[in-house]
Amino acid sequence: MARKLLLEHINVSGINTFDVYRSKGGYASVEKALKTMSPDDVVEEVKKSGLRGRGGAGFPTGMKWSFLAKPEGVARYLVCNADESEPGTFKDRYLMTYLPHLLIEGMIVSSFALGAKTSYIYVRGEMMPQIRILERAIAEAKNAGFLGKNILGTGYDLELYVQPGGGAYICGEETALLESLEGKRGNPRIKPPFPAIAGLYGCPTVVNNVESIAAVVPIINEGGDEYTKIGIGRSTGTKLISAGGNIKNPGVFEIELGLPVEEFLYSDEYCGGIANGKRLKAVVAGGSSVPILPANLFLKTINNEPRLMSYESLADGGFVSGTMMGSGGFIAFDEDQCIVRNTWNFTRFYHHESCGQCSPCREGTGWMEKVLHRLEHGHGKMSDMDLLVDVSKKIEGNTICPLGDAAAWPVASAIRHFRDEFEWHVTNPSEATSRNYGLAHYADPLPKKEEPVA
Amino acid sequence: MKVTIDGIPVDVEPGTTILNAARQIGGDIVPPAMCYYSKLEGSGGKCRTCLVKVSKGSEKDPRPMPKLVASCRTNVMDGMEVQNITSPEVIEARKGIVEILLINHPLDCPICDQAGECDLQNLGFEHGAVKTRYEFDRRTFEKIDIGDKIQLHMTRCILCYRCVFTADQITDHRIHGILNRGDHSEISTYIKAAVDNDFSGNVIDVCPVGALTDKTFRFKNRVWFTKPVDAHRDCDHEKCNGKVTLWYKGEEVLRVTARKDKYGEVEEFICNTCRFDKKKTSDWVIEGPRKISHHSVISANHYEFKPLPVLKTNPQLMEKNKEQFERDTRL
Repeated sequence: MARKLLLEHINVSGINTFDVYRSKGGYASVEKALKTMSPDDVVEEVKKSGLRGRGGAGFPTGMKWSFLAKPEGVARYLVCNADESEPGTFKDRYLMTYLPHLLIEGMIVSSFALGAKTSYIYVRGEMMPQIRILERAIAEAKNAGFLGKNILGTGYDLELYVQPGGGAYICGEETALLESLEGKRGNPRIKPPFPAIAGLYGCPTVVNNVESIAAVVPIINEGGDEYTKIGIGRSTGTKLISAGGNIKNPGVFEIELGLPVEEFLYSDEYCGGIANGKRLKAVVAGGSSVPILPANLFLKTINNEPRLMSYESLADGGFVSGTMMGSGGFIAFDEDQCIVRNTWNFTRFYHHESCGQCSPCREGTGWMEKVLHRLEHGHGKMSDMDLLVDVSKKIEGNTICPLGDAAAWPVASAIRHFRDEFEWHVTNPSEATSRNYGLAHYADPLPKKEEPVA
Repeated sequence: MKVTIDGIPVDVEPGTTILNAARQIGGDIVPPAMCYYSKLEGSGGKCRTCLVKVSKGSEKDPRPMPKLVASCRTNVMDGMEVQNITSPEVIEARKGIVEILLINHPLDCPICDQAGECDLQNLGFEHGAVKTRYEFDRRTFEKIDIGDKIQLHMTRCILCYRCVFTADQITDHRIHGILNRGDHSEISTYIKAAVDNDFSGNVIDVCPVGALTDKTFRFKNRVWFTKPVDAHRDCDHEKCNGKVTLWYKGEEVLRVTARKDKYGEVEEFICNTCRFDKKKTSDWVIEGPRKISHHSVISANHYEFKPLPVLKTNPQLMEKNKEQFERDTRL
């Protein structure tokens, strides 16, 4: 049984209330950090832990914190990004629903480390129940003296606010989130300046994912060195994976990074294998914006090594044969799923959610959606695949924020790996509307990599 | 600070953007800009036509930047090396952006008042493909009247946000912004509230395409048939200095605009009285013809013909081209 750091007490009844959470050792990290450590010590500890941002990009959290500008007389802010809207990802909602105090505890410690006197949790508007849960938990913590003026008699003040968003996917991008938090239209800002220099209200700001902030708690409790012992290589610690799709037990699992994907997918402790006795066809490993992989390439890397659930191993092979850890939204597709339809569905989402600020994403996502719609409904042409790849290349890397990349990658990867299926949709349009392409060769063993001739 | 753009070195002030550094050099290496407007704070970075490659970050940190950057919003560093037209990657990306900007554009240039002085038209002419690969219905909107002098035709809009910044920074009350998101986002005056402001007419000048047009000039004439003349008047508006360009057709002033430089940016914003109400020659003090770049279609009908020097000095050539020479010099 693997170690659980975040979800250790998830099954204790009443863990969402302050008293039960406290009796299970909660808020110990606040006491430890505020009473025995300096803010720099906390930052140092997080740096040592090697914790990487859990929101998708995987940027080291400690490094991000140390970039924060600290001019005299200017307020600093910590903003928690709880605008979780990636299709396939629901770990933050789970964490906020059942363990609101874990997030608040992490917020207090992180705010202390950054010297923030006011911190915000920006929750997307659809998560109204979670907003109420968090607000109640904040009131409880305040009542117990963990928030407000002079916390635990240490002289540190912190006000924590929950801000509901309007429910736009783009507001999960950190600068769009800050715009939205300021009460403006949620358009991403043009960087530089980065939020660490000029963020919320022009002040230095750190934006972190819910899970990253929650992970600070075990790091402070047990020390950064202890945290690095879990995991593999530069992927340290545990990660919440929200597994969905055609698997036997969908849900949120806490895994130690470095777990073989085969074990994650087929062991009863986690996903429990593919439902209804079917076979795996494809996997989206980290939320809709990461490249999709066929079953064979997902279970084994191109070098025929077993793939692990870690930032590096999932990215092994780059965009040619790898994918990304992303935000941990694991979606499995069985042999009866249509990749064309799925790609169209993802693109429809990005078309709907593009903010319309910069041209490649605004126009390109709509174009890709229309072409994929045509392919899916049997009116496609053979040239459409090349057109899609070309349009996705025009979008990728040329936009203000990563939404353009996120829209381009799933399309480019689906065509790279599932071109046969797209072509079958063009050659057999009437058949394609009544049945699916099936598993084909997507789960076949990988061909032996040819040894370069010496 | 020393910057090299396409191999041409230039010394600029710290804090200059790559685009402005390129404009100091001038010529073909200036990246096109559809949304950047030097007079409007915060503009730029949206259309992505000005993407360039930074092949050397700076003297201190020579690593190249991983992605193409928007030159209008990226400041130069000492020793930076930038590639614009020398980089195939940039040319390719720009071609893609032009195609993408045009997929939802109605291409109704033959009936558009902006034709001839349209940034998108010039951009498409220089960088675009002859045919589009887009085979779907284009996005359309109803025309909206913004007050009685300005018309908004959203179908042509490329969402550069210049008019939003103008409304924000030049006019007093902003009742102008963006509604919706993605490719159905639109410029809107809130609940079609008329823009009633002394400076609202400037949104016409800043618009790079024909989305915002002057209703007093609408369908009156093509710009290349009109003759631009610089003029000024003693305007009593405190923020307006009354320096304008009059566009003549015969004796008649068809429209009044602010004076635009070669990048299509106005020198100074003018008030609505000057723009819409003063359309008689007697209202103005004429300064002389406005110089328009000879590359512009506006100059097409009033150029001065100067025979090449070689024609005047070489008797053999003069004899050979006599007929041609006479015909050309007669104009």
